[in-house]
Amino acid sequence: MSDKVVAELQEPTPSVGDGGPDMIQLLTPEGQRVSHPDYDRYVENLSADDLRSFYRDLVLIRRLDAEGYALQRQGELGLWPSLLGQEAAQVGSGRALRPHDFVFPTYREHGVGFVRGMDPQSSLQLFRGVSQGGWDPQENNFHLYTIVIGAQALHATGYAMGVKMDGNVGTGDPDRDTAVICYFGDGASSQGDVNEAFVYAASFDAPVVFFCQNNQWAISEPVTKQTRIPLFQRAAGFGFRGIRVDGNDILATYAVTQHALDEARSGNGPLLVEAYTYRMGAHTTADDPTKYRVSAEVEEWKFRDPILRLKTYLAHEGMADESFFTAVDAEADVFAAELREGCVTMKTMPGETMWDHVYAEDHPVMEAERAAFKAYQASFEEAI
Amino acid sequence: MAVEKVTLGKSITSGLRKAMERDPKVVLIGEDIGKLGGVFRITEGLQKDFGEDRVIDSPLAESGIVGTAVGMALRGYRPVCEIQFDGFVYPAFDQIVSQVAKLHARGLGAVKMPMVIRIPFGGGIGSPEHHSESPEAYFAHTAGLRTVACSNPEDAHWMIQQAIECDDPVIFFEPKRRYHDRAEYDTDAGSAPRGLFDAHVVRAGTDVTLLGYGPVVKTMLEAAAAAESEGTSIEVIDLRSLSPLPIATVVESVRKTGRLVCVQEASSFLGMASEISAQVTEQCFYDLEAPVIRVAGANIPYPPSRMEDDFLPDLDRILDGVDRALAY
Ligand SMILES: Cc1ncc(C[n+]2csc(CCOP(=O)(O)OP(=O)(O)O)c2C)c(N)n1
Repeated sequence: MSDKVVAELQEPTPSVGDGGPDMIQLLTPEGQRVSHPDYDRYVENLSADDLRSFYRDLVLIRRLDAEGYALQRQGELGLWPSLLGQEAAQVGSGRALRPHDFVFPTYREHGVGFVRGMDPQSSLQLFRGVSQGGWDPQENNFHLYTIVIGAQALHATGYAMGVKMDGNVGTGDPDRDTAVICYFGDGASSQGDVNEAFVYAASFDAPVVFFCQNNQWAISEPVTKQTRIPLFQRAAGFGFRGIRVDGNDILATYAVTQHALDEARSGNGPLLVEAYTYRMGAHTTADDPTKYRVSAEVEEWKFRDPILRLKTYLAHEGMADESFFTAVDAEADVFAAELREGCVTMKTMPGETMWDHVYAEDHPVMEAERAAFKAYQASFEEAI
Repeated sequence: MAVEKVTLGKSITSGLRKAMERDPKVVLIGEDIGKLGGVFRITEGLQKDFGEDRVIDSPLAESGIVGTAVGMALRGYRPVCEIQFDGFVYPAFDQIVSQVAKLHARGLGAVKMPMVIRIPFGGGIGSPEHHSESPEAYFAHTAGLRTVACSNPEDAHWMIQQAIECDDPVIFFEPKRRYHDRAEYDTDAGSAPRGLFDAHVVRAGTDVTLLGYGPVVKTMLEAAAAAESEGTSIEVIDLRSLSPLPIATVVESVRKTGRLVCVQEASSFLGMASEISAQVTEQCFYDLEAPVIRVAGANIPYPPSRMEDDFLPDLDRILDGVDRALAY
C-alpha cells in the first residue's frame, strides 16, 4: 500500500462522539433544524401530526425499554438488551419503511418491531424464555430476532435477491417495488457473514439496505477494535454507497433511510447506512459497562439525547405544547402497565410442545419422543 | 417405458431438471454451477435452459450460499445449494446448524425452510486435503435437519426430487466416487420406488446384516457376493436416510440375522454406526448373537490420497468385520 493510502485510511478515524464532517444531520443536538441540500426533501412533507407521532413512538419505545430492564431486574425476564439511546435510529429508519418492505433485525430492534406494528409482547418472549422467537415474520414483514451476530445479513440479502427475481424492483409502481432492510451493529461489521452479504448484495444488485447502528461498543470492545476507517466507508470497498447519518436525529435517520430504500426499490442496488449513535445503557442486563468505559463519555452523549432533541424542536416550533407531552407520558404509563401485565401472565407452553415445530413434515423421532415424554409424565399421575 | 443405463451423476442432473420444470420456484445456487455445470458437472446444461436467475453462480463464499438461500426460502423459493466438496461446507456450518435447522422452530412453525444442501462426500478419488471427508454426523446430530445419502443412480434420481419437494431442509450427500457408476432404470417412471426416508434392503440374507450408506453400499454388495461363495448369507441394507433414522428396518433385519455390521467411511468415534449400535442394542438385546461391529474410517484426519486405501473400509475389512461378528 502506498503511504498516501495508509495516511488516508488512518486520517478519518473519529474520536468518540464526533460523527465527522460526512455525517448527515437535520436536527442539531440543541433541536435546531439545519438544512441539507440532498435530504431536506424527504422531511419537507412531514406534518406536525407526523412529527408528533414520531415523538410518541420515541417515548413509547423508551418506555418499553425501561420496562424490559425493570422486568429483568425483577426476575420476570432472563435477559434484556436495552436500546436506550438508539430510539431515533430505530424509529426513524422503521418509519421510513413501507408495509411490504421486509425487515431483518438482530436482537435489539424492539423499536423497529414496534413501528412495524408488532405486538410489543413479542419481543419479550425470547427474553422471558417462553419461546426462541415465536412470531410469524409474514404478519408485519419483520423477521425473527437473530442472535448469532451478522447471520441475518445473508438472509436479508437472499430475500432481496428473491424480491428481484420476483420482478419487484424498479417497476416504478410504489405498491410493488420492494426494499429489504437489515439491522446490525458495529461489532457485526467484522463478521464474515456481513462481509459476504455485502459481496452478494453487490454482485446481484440486491435491493437491500444495510442499516448499521454504530453504538460505539460491541459489549466491551470499542468500534476502533472493529475498524480503522469510518464504517460507512466500508461500502465503497464492496462497490456501493455508504452514508453516515446522525443516529440520534430522527429527521435525519428518517430521511437517509427513505433515500436508501428508494434507491434499493428502484434498482440502484444495495446501500450501507451507518447510524452514528451511542448505547447509553449496558450491552444487556448481564453486562457491567463501568468495567470498560468512562462515565464522561456517557455524560457527553446525554447532550445528544434523541427524544429531548425532537421535543425541543417541537416545542420551539410551536408544534406541541406541554399538554401534548403530558398526554404522551400518560399514554406511556398505560402502555407500560399493559406490557408488564402481559409479560407476567405470559404462558409457558407445556413440555410436550417442544417437539411440535422442529420439522414441517411428520418426523418419526419427534413423534416417538413426544409420546415417550407424555407416557413418562402420565406415569407420575398414575402413581398419585 | 425408457429403460436406460445412466450414471449416478447424470441421474441427479435429470432429477434436478425435473424438479425445476415442475416448480418455477426451484433455484440452484453454488460455485461454478452455471456455465461449467459444477466441478462434477451435475448441473451441466441447466443454466442454459433455465437462465441465470435459476442457476445462480455464487460468489466464492459458502456461508453466503447457504445464508442467502435461507433468505430466498423466506421469500418463497426452494433453493438447492451446491457445496463444491465436503471439506468446504464448514464455512457454512453456522448457517446450517443455527439458522437453517432452527428457523422453523423459532417461528413456531410459521416459517418453512424448504431447501436442499447438496454435498459430494467421501474419499477414494485421490484428491488432496478437504476433498474426501465424511461430515454427515455433524448434520445428522442436529435436530431440524434431515440428512440423506444416495448410493445408486435410480435412488439418486428420485431422492433429489423428493428432497426438493420436502418442506424441511435436507442435507443431501452424494457419493462422489460413484458419480460415474452406471445402472439401468426406467427413466420415465412416474413415481419413486421408495420413500426418501426409508432404508432399502438391497440384498436378502440370513446370517449377518451388513448396513451402510453412500459410497460403501457398492462395496458391501461385493462383500456379500464374495461371502456367499464361502457359504455365508449376508443381508445388505442401504440406510439412505441418516436422519430420521429408519431404525425399524434395521431392527427387523437384526431380529432375523442376530448380527449387525455397520460400515461407514467416516471416523468411527461418535458416528452414524455408533448411534445405530446404541439403538439396536436397546431394541434387540435378546436377539443379538454378537456385539454390533463397526467397520469405519480411522479416527484421524483424512489421510494423504496415497494412503487412503488403508483408511477406507474396503472389501477385505468389511469381510473381516463379518467374520468378527460370526466368531461369537
Ligand atoms: C457469532 C457471535 N459471536 C458472539 C456473540 C456474543 N455477542 C452478543 S452481542 C455481541 C456484541 C455485538 O456488538 P454489535 O454488533 O456492535 O451490536 P450491539 O450489541 O452493540 O447492538 C457479542 C459479542 C454472538 N451473539 N454471536
